Amino acid sequence: MGAISALLLTKEKWPEFLGKISGKQLFAPKRQGDRVYLAPLKEGELPDFDFQNTLVPPKALVFPQTETLYRYRLGETEMKEPAIEGEAVLLGVRPCDGRAMQLVERLFCWDVDDPYYLKRRALVTVVGLACSEPGLNCFCSSVGGGPASTEGLDLLMTDLGESFLLEPLTDKGRALLAEAGELLAEAPPEAVAQKEQIAAEAAARIKRSVDTAGIPEGLPRLWNDPLWQRHAAACLGCGTCTYLCPTCHCFDIQDEAEGTEARRLRVWDSCMFEEYTRHASGHNPRPTRRERTRNRISHKYSYYVQKFGIIACVGCGRCVNLCPVNIDLVEILRQVKEAL
Amino acid sequence: MCNGNPYLPYTATIVETWYETGGERPVKTFKVTLDDAAARESWSHRPGQCAMVGLLGVGESMFCISCSPTEGDFLRFSVMRAGKVTSALHQLEAGDKITVRGPYGNSFPLEEWEGKRILTVGGGIGQAPLRPIVEFVRANRDKYAGLTVIYGARSCGDLCFKGELEALAKEGDIECHLSVDVGEEGWPHYVGFVPSLLMEVNPSPENTIAVTCGPPIMIRFVLENLKKLGFADEQIYTTLENRMKCGLGKCGRCNAGHLYVCKDGPVFSYAVLKDVPEAFA
Ligand SMILES: Cc1cc2nc3c(=O)[nH]c(=O)nc-3n(C[C@H](O)[C@H](O)[C@H](O)COP(=O)(O)OP(=O)(O)OC[C@H]3O[C@@H](n4cnc5c(N)ncnc54)[C@H](O)[C@@H]3O)c2cc1C
Ligand code: SF4
Ligand code: SF4
Ligand code: FES
Repeated sequence: MGAISALLLTKEKWPEFLGKISGKQLFAPKRQGDRVYLAPLKEGELPDFDFQNTLVPPKALVFPQTETLYRYRLGETEMKEPAIEGEAVLLGVRPCDGRAMQLVERLFCWDVDDPYYLKRRALVTVVGLACSEPGLNCFCSSVGGGPASTEGLDLLMTDLGESFLLEPLTDKGRALLAEAGELLAEAPPEAVAQKEQIAAEAAARIKRSVDTAGIPEGLPRLWNDPLWQRHAAACLGCGTCTYLCPTCHCFDIQDEAEGTEARRLRVWDSCMFEEYTRHASGHNPRPTRRERTRNRISHKYSYYVQKFGIIACVGCGRCVNLCPVNIDLVEILRQVKEAL
Repeated sequence: MCNGNPYLPYTATIVETWYETGGERPVKTFKVTLDDAAARESWSHRPGQCAMVGLLGVGESMFCISCSPTEGDFLRFSVMRAGKVTSALHQLEAGDKITVRGPYGNSFPLEEWEGKRILTVGGGIGQAPLRPIVEFVRANRDKYAGLTVIYGARSCGDLCFKGELEALAKEGDIECHLSVDVGEEGWPHYVGFVPSLLMEVNPSPENTIAVTCGPPIMIRFVLENLKKLGFADEQIYTTLENRMKCGLGKCGRCNAGHLYVCKDGPVFSYAVLKDVPEAFA
């Protein structure tokens, strides 16, 4: 396929475009009450693009909250791996969440490949949707992203009002567009310029920011700083900030049986839970929420950087928006910076 | 690794079991062999490594491999009864099946230590990762300048590998010092805590490597005392036992600061650990 740079799809052709995507399950933003979720799109249904971000990040579709590692029957020793198959298109993924998938992949490939994650990741085509209106607590541009960043995406869509600008980024993205070739027109330079402007205006409207310079190296020095106690004092240990964080990847492994049918599975876990690090002796290296909050932030802003060379936060703002007691990562980082 | 899937364990059969200790939290040792001939062939482990042992229908837990490869073509795990998985394991006897995946983690740099005297300082179940060093050095005795074992537990009934260690003490070639926290009738050895016994034994740091493992509080005092005795940070090693679920550097939970204990460890030199704020938490 030649180098397609950008294509234009007028909005009247949008339903028809969706109909052309064949052989792959479509997931797209859908509204349920005041929340938007990435959910299976039924035939004839249209995605709801009037949202800032989905409640649950798209990580849930490549790293399911509960995932069977293998099945077995009680009393027997044969273990059967589940078939991981079925291609999917994730439509309307925000650029921060696309970056998050790319970022977490470094860990899932580190030294030993994680076959479950990598198989699922290979089966999805990620169609990004550039942001035109950043959310209240978005700060992607402070951590290497932006309203139209393309890392981790196969295709980037931008809403130009009357039409969508489609920029394929990978072979998967190009293949998706090839299915609907006759509906698309080459984008004129003005359309590309319009997209650049939308992205620049969105970036200018981002209200929150973090100056990360010095934080990865400096955080370990603040080990005993009173700021951790101050911020963790109100924490309920509910785990929301980690379950719904697109870069959080921690899991537990458990066995589950129903009758004689059983499976060993992995399930999301959270470093904000007390049992997470508790030894069988009862000793806990992170006994209180102070240590757990410190670990959550140090992991993202220092440990991951030391190990994988990149901050493990994409600035999506979910942990800030959704914390029931308003614990605010951006404010903590500001105080970290101040204390350095 | 089975079928290229690192989460898929081998099945293994228990060939022998015995109790090391009694009491409220007994330790039972399992000697096991992998069922699959090809798996037995490809398996190789080194002292200090650990493995994920599981019971289908119950769960998996990480244990250090408490034998040295020099002892033969089998694996040994010494398991303290602590919770769900360990209690279920304790129900098993010879002939029963378990699952095993691994080996995981780095190992003691025993080749680097050749020519030196090795000192192990263990407490309670913490002797399990040290035992393979003892066995490895015994099997390669001419390569090491000497071996001193310091080991203690709460009471006489809480000492793991007791018979074996008492036999070692009698051998003479190897120095072995045992202790219990609380004295009892007929106990011929030291009474007191392991860090105090260490001071009593007063080993010279000269050409010596010290390796310690035990409860966090014991490790802290042993490290302090080793420093008092003149050991340099580079001469001191320990193994960490942070909670683990995957052993593969994925599940995230074993970290001490930026180190993943399952991959960067579990064996660390104190020279590395002393700058990791969480290491001895
Ligand atoms: C690298 C490494 C090496 C290790 N090597 C060894 C070894 O050689 N030998 C060894 O014995 N252990 C070893 N361990 C520790 C071992 O992994 C744990 O003891 C084991 O995982 C406990 O699993 P469990 O399912 O029995 O306990 P769990 O059921 O998971 O229990 C965990 C926690 O729950 C608590 N708990 C359990 N039951 C109850 C209850 N009824 N009521 C209240 N609280 C409860 C326990 O106190 C504990 O805090 C090692 C660990 C690591 C990471
Ligand atoms: S830490 Fe918070 S802002 Fe950063 S990626 Fe996770 S949820 Fe988003
Ligand atoms: S969401 Fe807020 S209250 Fe819940 S664990 Fe995270 S910081 Fe604590
Ligand atoms: S045990 Fe899972 S990351 Fe170390």
